[in-house]
Amino acid sequence: MRAPDTNDILLEVERVVLSFGGVKALRDVSFNIRKGEIRAIIGPNGAGKTSMLNVINGFYRPNHGAITFKGRTRAKMQPFEAARGGIARTFQNVALFKGMSALDNIMAGRTLKVRRGLLWQVLRLGPALAEEVEHRRKVEEIIDFLEIETIRKVPVGRLPYGLQKRVELGRALAMEPDLLLLDEPMAGMNLEEKEDMSRFIIDVNNHYGTTIALIEHDMAVVMDLSDRVAVLDHGVKIADGTPDEVKRSQVVIDAYLGVAH
Amino acid sequence: MLYREAGQFKTTYAEDMAIFPIRQDRIALAILVGIAFIGVPLLATFHVWPFGSDYLLWAILLPFLILALAAIGTNILVGYCGQISLGSGAFMAIGAYSAYKLATGVHIPLASLGFAIAIPPLPVLASILLGGLMSAGVGILFGIPSLRIKGLYLAVATLAAQFFFDWAFLRLPWFTNYAPSGSVNAPELDFFGVVVRTPVERYLLCLLFVTVLAVLAKNLVRGNLGRQWMAIRDMDIAAELIGIRPLYAKLTAFAVSSFIIGVAGALWGFVYLGSWEPLAFSIERSLDLLFMVIIGGLGSIMGSFIGAAFILIVPILLNVLPTELGLPLSTQTITHLQFIIFGSLICYLLIKEPHGFARLISIGKEKLRLWPFPY
Amino acid sequence: MIAFGQFLEVLIGGLMSGVLYSLVALGFVLIFKASGVFNYAQGAMVLLAGLALVRALDLLVANGFPLWVAVVLAIGFAAVIMAATAWLIERFVIGPLVNQDALTLFMSTIGVTFVIEGVAEMIFGSDVYPLRLFPTDAWFLFEGLFPGGILVNKLDVWGALIAGILVGGLAIFFQRTKTGRALRAVADDHLAAHSVGIPISWIWFVVWLVAGLVALVAATVWGTKLGVQFSITFLALKALPVLIIGGLTSIPGAIVGGLIVGAGEKIAEVYLGPSIGGGIEYWFAYVLALAVLLVRPQGLFGERIIERI
Repeated sequence: MRAPDTNDILLEVERVVLSFGGVKALRDVSFNIRKGEIRAIIGPNGAGKTSMLNVINGFYRPNHGAITFKGRTRAKMQPFEAARGGIARTFQNVALFKGMSALDNIMAGRTLKVRRGLLWQVLRLGPALAEEVEHRRKVEEIIDFLEIETIRKVPVGRLPYGLQKRVELGRALAMEPDLLLLDEPMAGMNLEEKEDMSRFIIDVNNHYGTTIALIEHDMAVVMDLSDRVAVLDHGVKIADGTPDEVKRSQVVIDAYLGVAH
Repeated sequence: MLYREAGQFKTTYAEDMAIFPIRQDRIALAILVGIAFIGVPLLATFHVWPFGSDYLLWAILLPFLILALAAIGTNILVGYCGQISLGSGAFMAIGAYSAYKLATGVHIPLASLGFAIAIPPLPVLASILLGGLMSAGVGILFGIPSLRIKGLYLAVATLAAQFFFDWAFLRLPWFTNYAPSGSVNAPELDFFGVVVRTPVERYLLCLLFVTVLAVLAKNLVRGNLGRQWMAIRDMDIAAELIGIRPLYAKLTAFAVSSFIIGVAGALWGFVYLGSWEPLAFSIERSLDLLFMVIIGGLGSIMGSFIGAAFILIVPILLNVLPTELGLPLSTQTITHLQFIIFGSLICYLLIKEPHGFARLISIGKEKLRLWPFPY
Repeated sequence: MIAFGQFLEVLIGGLMSGVLYSLVALGFVLIFKASGVFNYAQGAMVLLAGLALVRALDLLVANGFPLWVAVVLAIGFAAVIMAATAWLIERFVIGPLVNQDALTLFMSTIGVTFVIEGVAEMIFGSDVYPLRLFPTDAWFLFEGLFPGGILVNKLDVWGALIAGILVGGLAIFFQRTKTGRALRAVADDHLAAHSVGIPISWIWFVVWLVAGLVALVAATVWGTKLGVQFSITFLALKALPVLIIGGLTSIPGAIVGGLIVGAGEKIAEVYLGPSIGGGIEYWFAYVLALAVLLVRPQGLFGERIIERI
């Protein structure tokens, strides 16, 4: 079973403030993610959850506050640097490369692991070909794991939504990340697809030992999956703890029922 | 019934990743390559039909090969990386003029600094390849704005390249070695002692260039770099979040694309035209190349060949067919018809089949595979 | 004083020809604002409008119509042609391509350009047709101040006047009319506009129609200056850098951008041209636009683009 190392902090978010013009999306939010855990961020619409993920992987630059990942604190960084540091991400509205096949999408996730440069790739001989085959083998493992063998060569634009979400997860896994950010991995899915996806998330966590931070609306799913839950409302963290603690918190219940502040 | 892949099992990933994983395709390709490298030269040497005169070689096959090469270059940038270019013609010109200067010896007097840069005339092959590299360098330079600006804005940046170089090669006499007429003559095509003169030899030379560069380009687009380009094209933000550096991906696309276009330009000048004037590489050429790519298929190497063939053949058909039918058209009418056909075809394909003729062919093959069943 | 007089003359000449670029650029801005389409075909539309106008005019005059009747009828005819063009483009190209990315739309307008050019020249002919709607002689101003005075072309003044009226008219159209307001709504978010009952295809037809009429106005001035001929499409292409400099979404930007380009290229040609071989006008606008793109990608008057995911 999962046994998160409780003292080993992978990511620490400290007093982050993010505003767009006059609108404050995040106000003084702090929380951490421990190595090996499944961490959920929940909250009503517009609570700042996606903004939080965008800050973590460098897409938004916080106005104040610091983010410490794997012991290194940084003020700003480019998204591709976050990726290089080991942060992978899926999106609320699937962000796949529509013109490419499922296989190519996942292969693209291997970019950071590619060692041979342009000149070798032009020749596609010897070591370059060997490397390409090796990446393909890794990707096929992921394809097997996600049970999408039959759709490998289909352009993802033609796949149904549920499968697209799986391919996107596959692309993130191909990066072999230390931290996997999932933005509403189950949005718009039916019950069966949700169960499949939950199983994949737990398996990723068990099998690869990947730390996962996820945003999700389906409370049942969140409570089942996660080790700890942070609750955001209007850009403020209003609760943080185990699923049981959060479930019992009056502030959280109020926020979800829309009680006036 | 012949087009079946039953019984062809792939046991390694390398086999599955081949350009043509289906055996029948490989056989067809082998036949095509055989015809191109052996059949055509043999027929042309002995002047057997349809090579009774050199017309087919000169007027169709030579320009087809070179323009297909330029279209591959354009396709890498526009079709694979999604960066619009209206300046491909300028990059052909840069390739051609750089090769010309290098082949005739470069002399840059820097009187104010008290010395001069002098490079002795280089061999033709080196000149052509360095011409390509020069074009790649300028391509990178004009690609830099693409890091800050998106598609449409880039169109104007590439137009700037087009008009600036049109002007430079016309007005700055240094580029034409101060030829009073402004037109330049290609050097003798001497490749390590083998001199290329006859149309057949010229054809073979271009075929060799095109084959090698097409294979190398195919290697790139099906490898990791190609996936990076397509990722940038399809969704640049997501691409960045999986660790693709936009700077590297875009500038390599510009460099590789401009290199291929530059080599095509050098071949166009040296091998096809022989002597040329600055306006040989005007904006019409750029638009032609863009059309070839859209009609043949955005993001397809094979499509570049199809597109080049189409753009070349339509005017010839418009010339020949009505005359055969006894209704000869005036040159102007032909030009206008050509405009209308290309323009409406572009709109039609963008609406119905953005991947052009290449996709229509692969859909056809898919159907053939299943024939006689609909699916 | 002579040098300054000459400079002034070059500057004014440049500004005035800049107005012509602005006239074409206005058409671009209209379409871009309303539908996000970067319309490469605007130059071809100027050519089409000019050809329709001049050919109808010649025909009517040759058949003995009084000049003013002929002019009114020819302008009406050209306007009908532009309306038909707008309808065809909306119906067969832009309509079916709704929701496609900007690049596809842009390339489709290149296709439209070729069709318009081919059809226009096939129907109306492909020679140079002189058009005489405005006086083309010159005034000499400030003769007391500078020897010989400053030469100002009357046509240029007409052009500036027309551009001013056009901008005013467009501003009223956008701000005061129901269609204009609907147009702005569509520009903001066409799906939302659609859901509140604004008929999108009608709106887009109107936009292309207005752009077509702007092209017609530009054609009257350009045609008088150069004769109606194919090379107008290349001059009209300069509206692209003009837009980049002014900012893609801004009508004042189109005007100011045109003036900057017009004045800049004339001054560069006169003062820089002789030392580097001349013909700077050919690329000046584009290279200036490139420089602007590197420094300020949204242009002088454009809105800053904020990306979200």
